[in-house]
Amino acid sequence: MGIKGKKIAVLSGKGGTGKTLVSVNLAALMSESNYVDCDIEEPNGYLFLKPKNIKTEKVTREVPLVNHDKCTGYKKCVEFCKFNALAYTSKLIVFENICHFCGGCMLVCPEGALSTKEREIGRIEIGKSSGVNTYTGFLKISEPSGTPIIEKLLDKVSTSPLTSIIDAPPGSACTTMDSIKNADYCILVAEPTVFGAHNLEMAYDLVELFEKPFGVVLNKTLDGENPSKDLCVEKDMKILLEIPFDEELGRLNSKGHILVNESKKYKEMFGILLHKITKEVGR
Amino acid sequence: MIIAIPVEKDSKESLVSEHFGRSNYFLIYNTDAKEYRFVKNSAAKSSGGAGIKAAQIVVDENTEVLVSPQLGQNAADVIKEAKIKIYKAQVGTIKENLQALEEEKLNLLSEVHEGYHGN
Repeated sequence: MGIKGKKIAVLSGKGGTGKTLVSVNLAALMSESNYVDCDIEEPNGYLFLKPKNIKTEKVTREVPLVNHDKCTGYKKCVEFCKFNALAYTSKLIVFENICHFCGGCMLVCPEGALSTKEREIGRIEIGKSSGVNTYTGFLKISEPSGTPIIEKLLDKVSTSPLTSIIDAPPGSACTTMDSIKNADYCILVAEPTVFGAHNLEMAYDLVELFEKPFGVVLNKTLDGENPSKDLCVEKDMKILLEIPFDEELGRLNSKGHILVNESKKYKEMFGILLHKITKEVGR
Repeated sequence: MIIAIPVEKDSKESLVSEHFGRSNYFLIYNTDAKEYRFVKNSAAKSSGGAGIKAAQIVVDENTEVLVSPQLGQNAADVIKEAKIKIYKAQVGTIKENLQALEEEKLNLLSEVHEGYHGN
């Protein structure tokens, strides 16, 4: 049993823990792989992988379209909308940027005055960086929800025979759930702080809820206390790797370099991680 | 004429609220009948779109003049569509603001902020 064709999601309860660091280095370490950046509000994996031959696809989602001739002002839709995306004065006003498109307004309208139209909410970029196929999602600023972008990204790799590394958005909201729901394995990345441990627990609760096999990468570790490590012990979470706090690593990373391409030390470090994940996924 | 003002408490002595969408109550004052009442702002606890919902409440009261210290873009879109005049409230009580309005000392609200939208 290998790791080929498997979906490995990398997530964390907060931003800046090292999800992208882990993701791009794992992707680059394999001779052929897919890197899927689902952190659509701030995608940054492409800064490291520097993909070429970019193809762009628009992503749209449906929003309500009002037929003002049919609308007689029952306001059932206004009362129904939990996001307050609709208002009625002398005519119905739709706030598309607030609408989450649950479709409820269309169902409750007694006049059948609501249909749908497509609204562009972002794009995906598909490219290639050596052996890594890159898929990056970009959500337009002020759009409330990017789940259609994530669905489109994951659809691109759903039947791929290659291993897909999914760089999930931080936190544990809808976009993170969407990113991990079809994953075969999850990697939680955590910082050695009290806040880091708190957010690790959020990510832990999420993967438990989804009943996903998972392991933890402890990033920026120092000698001395590590609340995230303590939490791993307490909750019996498997620690896959500890990445020490390291100036050289920070310097390479801040220049947009991929560590495994720069030095043997890091190639070995991530090699151990990949080996462990391969074993875990094959179990 | 019907005047609406976002207010902190449901009492005549209340201060005007600093916010529109998340004010606790709206004072609805009918100048012809000299009658007033307070409407609870059910939008105050909305996770999002509070300004839109609050504006809907104001519109549904057949308001003709809104006196508010500020207004977000979305709320302003609804209020303007309903052709409600918007005056900028002064810091102070309901009474002070109604008096200032009567004496034509309040300015029309010209600036609309972008809103305090969170996720």
